[in-house]
Amino acid sequence: MTRLRALAGRLTNPTGTVFILLALILAGIFVKNADFFAGPSLMAFLKQAAPLVILAAGQYFVIVSGNFDLSVGALVGAQVVIAARLIDGEESRTLPVLAVMLFFGLAVGLVNGLITTALKVQSFITTLGMLLVLYGAIRLWTGGAPTGSLSEAFRTPGRLGIEGVPILGQLPWALLIMLALGAGAIVLMRTRFGRILMASGDNDRAAALSGARVDTVRTAAFVLSGLSATVAGVLIGGFAGVSAQVGEGLEFTVITAVVLGGVVLGGGRGTVIAAMAGALAIEALFTLFNQLALPATLRPTVQGAIIIAAVAYAARQRTRPAATPATVTPS
Amino acid sequence: MTRSPLLAMRGIGKAFLGAPVLSEVDLTIERGEVHALVGENGAGKSTLMKILAGVHSADAGTVELDGRAVSFGHPLQAQHAGVASVFQEFNLLPELTVSENVHLGREPRRRGLIDRRAMTERTAEVLSDLGVEHLSPSAKAGSLSVAHQQITEIAKALSQGADLLCMDEPTASLADAEVELLYRLIGRLRERGVSVLYVSHRIREIFDLCDRITVLKDGRLVKCVDTTDITPDELVTAMVGRRIEAAFPDRLPGTETGEVRLRVRGGGNAWIDGIDLDVRAGEIVGLAGLQGSGRTEIAEAVFGIAPFTRGTIELDGGPVRITGPRKAIGAGIALVTEDRKAQGLALRQSVRANARMVLDANARVHSGRRLDRIPGLLSSLDLVSRGDDQEVRFLSGGNQQKVVVAKWLAAEPGVIVLDEPTRGIDVGAKHKLYSVIRSLAAEGLAVLLIASELIEVIGLADRIVVLHDGSIAGELPGGATEQDVMAYATGRRSAEAGPA
Repeated sequence: MTRLRALAGRLTNPTGTVFILLALILAGIFVKNADFFAGPSLMAFLKQAAPLVILAAGQYFVIVSGNFDLSVGALVGAQVVIAARLIDGEESRTLPVLAVMLFFGLAVGLVNGLITTALKVQSFITTLGMLLVLYGAIRLWTGGAPTGSLSEAFRTPGRLGIEGVPILGQLPWALLIMLALGAGAIVLMRTRFGRILMASGDNDRAAALSGARVDTVRTAAFVLSGLSATVAGVLIGGFAGVSAQVGEGLEFTVITAVVLGGVVLGGGRGTVIAAMAGALAIEALFTLFNQLALPATLRPTVQGAIIIAAVAYAARQRTRPAATPATVTPS
Repeated sequence: MTRSPLLAMRGIGKAFLGAPVLSEVDLTIERGEVHALVGENGAGKSTLMKILAGVHSADAGTVELDGRAVSFGHPLQAQHAGVASVFQEFNLLPELTVSENVHLGREPRRRGLIDRRAMTERTAEVLSDLGVEHLSPSAKAGSLSVAHQQITEIAKALSQGADLLCMDEPTASLADAEVELLYRLIGRLRERGVSVLYVSHRIREIFDLCDRITVLKDGRLVKCVDTTDITPDELVTAMVGRRIEAAFPDRLPGTETGEVRLRVRGGGNAWIDGIDLDVRAGEIVGLAGLQGSGRTEIAEAVFGIAPFTRGTIELDGGPVRITGPRKAIGAGIALVTEDRKAQGLALRQSVRANARMVLDANARVHSGRRLDRIPGLLSSLDLVSRGDDQEVRFLSGGNQQKVVVAKWLAAEPGVIVLDEPTRGIDVGAKHKLYSVIRSLAAEGLAVLLIASELIEVIGLADRIVVLHDGSIAGELPGGATEQDVMAYATGRRSAEAGPA
C-alpha cells in the first residue's frame, strides 16, 4: 500500500508526469496506427528523435545549474555548415573535421560559461547573443547559402545502423549513441560533479559556502551543452543533410522538452532521465500530429502552449501547501 | 485642559505563526519628546516600531494619534497620518537625486510637469532648517555616505509633515562625527515640536538624547521612566531582567582543554579591528555583543567569506592563509552559518544530498569512510525526518539545523564556528544542539559560539569574548552575569579600563 502510494506520488510530481504523458501519446499513436510499433518504424522514430534527446540531456545540465542555453540551435546549424564546407565531399577529411567540430562545440560552451559566470551576464542574454553571433558568422562565412557537401562516413551515424537485427531490422547508430550518452548523463548526475551542479542550481550561496566551485561547475554545464549540440549536429547533418535552416528554432524545442520533463527553470530540480523522456514525448507528439494529418506549421504554437502549461503545472506543484515549519525571527 | 499625548499605544499584542512576539505593550509619546525604546535583541522593539509604521498590523491593542484611534494597514497610511520611519535599510532610489527622493510621489508640479526648480528649492530649505550643510539637493542618493542617506530619509519624512519620526538603530552604521551630526539634527527636530522614537540599545546615546525610556523584554513592557530617574546600570538590569536559569548541559566529564587550535592575532578588515582570539581544543569560546558589533564578521573572516586583511591566523600552531571557504574547509574549519535557509541548505534537495554537500564539494575532505558515517551522524543528532530522501524544506527548523550541523561534522573539522545555531528553533532541538556542542568540545574540537541570546553564551561558553563596535571590549569567564556582559557590549566598560 505504502509502495503504491509512493509510486503514485512519484508519478504525480512534475518529473513523473512526463512518463504518463509519453505513455498517453504513444497510446494515441497506437490507436491511430498500430503499425508504428513494428520494429523498423519504431527504430526510424528513435533515430529521428535521438538528436533532440541528446540535446535535452545537454540542456538539462545547464538548466539544473540555474541557467539556460539558447545557443544550441544555432550551434547545431553552425556545426553542420562547418562540416559541409570543410569536408567538401572528401572522405579522408571526416575525422579531422569531426575533431574541429568537437573543439568548436566545446569552445562555444566554454565561452558561454565564462561570460555567464565570470562576467555575470545572465545566461539568457549570453546565449541569445551567442545565437546571433553564430547565426551571423555562419551567414557571413558561407555567403548566405551553405556550400560543400558531407562525406559518406560523416553521414553514417545519423543515417545508418547495424543491419539485419531480428525483429528490429536496422539498429540505428543514432539510437546507440543516444543510449550511451543518456547513460553517461545519468551516471554523471550521480557523481560529485552532478550533486554539486544540482546544489548550485538550488542554492548557489549555500553551495559556495560549503566549498563548491559554483562557477566552475556551471561553466562545465555549458561545455556539456556544447558537446551535446556537436553530437546532435553530426546526427542531424547525417540524417537530413545540409541546408541553411538546420537547427533553426531547435533551442525552443529543446527547452520545451526539458521543461516538459519537469525540470524547473531556475535550477535545482528535476532529473536528466525525465528531461530526455520529455524530448521523446515531444517527438512522439509531432509523430501523432502527422498521423492525425495536422499541419506541421502548428508545431511552434503547440510548443508554446506546452512550455507555458508545463511551467504552470510545476509552479502549482511547488506552491502546494507544504509542511513548512513555523520559524519566528523577531528582532 | 490636558492635551492628549501625540501617540498612545495600549495593550499591543502581536504573534508570528503562533509565537507571541509582543504582548500587552504600552507606549506613549508626548509632543516634541525624544523617546527611547530599548531592549535586548529579540525583545520586540523592531516589531513594535513596524506596527507603528504600518508594516505589520497588531493582533491586539489600540493606537491613538492625537487622541484619535487609528489603525494602519499600510505604510502609506502611517505616513499620511504623520508617522514617518527610518529603518536600518534605507528606502532611497539610488539613481535619483536627493530632492527627487525627498519628493518621491509628491513632486511639485507646474502646468502638469514636474517643477524641478521648486523641488530643489524646497529640499534646500528643509536641509538648511535641519542645519545640514554640504549636502547638495541634486546629488545622486546612491553616491551619498550612509550619514547623508540617512539625512535624506529624515528630510523626506519632514517634508511629508511628519509629527513623529521613528528611527531604528540610527547610529548603527555611522562614524563618530556623523553621530554628532545626528545628535544636532534630533535637537532641531525637538525644537520644531517633532517627536522622535529612538530605537536603540546603545546606552550612552539614550542618556545623551532621550527624555524618556520604554524598556521591553521578551515582548513585554518592563517599565517606562524619565531618563533622569534611572542610572545606566539600572537600565541594563531592567533590559536583562531576572531570568529563570535555563537548563544547560554541564561540561562533559573527560573534556580536556588542550593546545590552542585557532589563534587570531591582530585580525581586522573593513568591519572589525584588532581581534586577538585563542580557542583551544575542548574549549567553547562564546562571542557576545550587540547586533552589528562584529560577531558575525569575525566568523566570516575566520571562514574566509570576508577574510581578514590584517593580522594572522594559526591553526594547530601553523600559520594559514584563509582566502575563501574552500581554503577554510580544507584547513579543517567549519562554519554553521547564521541563516540556514539562505546560506546553509539547498532546500529542495534531500536530507542526504545536503548532509554530504561539504564532502561532495571538497576533494580535500571527501572520503568513502566519511560518507559512510553520515547516516550514523544524522541519527546521533536525533534527526526526525521521513527518511534521507525527504527534501529538507519539509523539515522543521530544528531538524533543518541538525542537517546543517551534520553536513559540517561529516568533514570532521578541528575548529567549528557556530553563528546563531539555535535561532528560530524549538526548545527540544535547542537542548539537543546544546549537548551536541558540549560533546564536540569533549571530542577535542575548538568551538567558537555566537549567539544573540546572552544566556546561551553564558550557559555554554568556557570563556566569553565581548565585542563592541568591531573590537574586543573585554573577556569574561563562563557563567558571568548578563549585566557584566552587557556592560562591555554597550561600551560602558572596556578592556582598557578594566572591570568597574
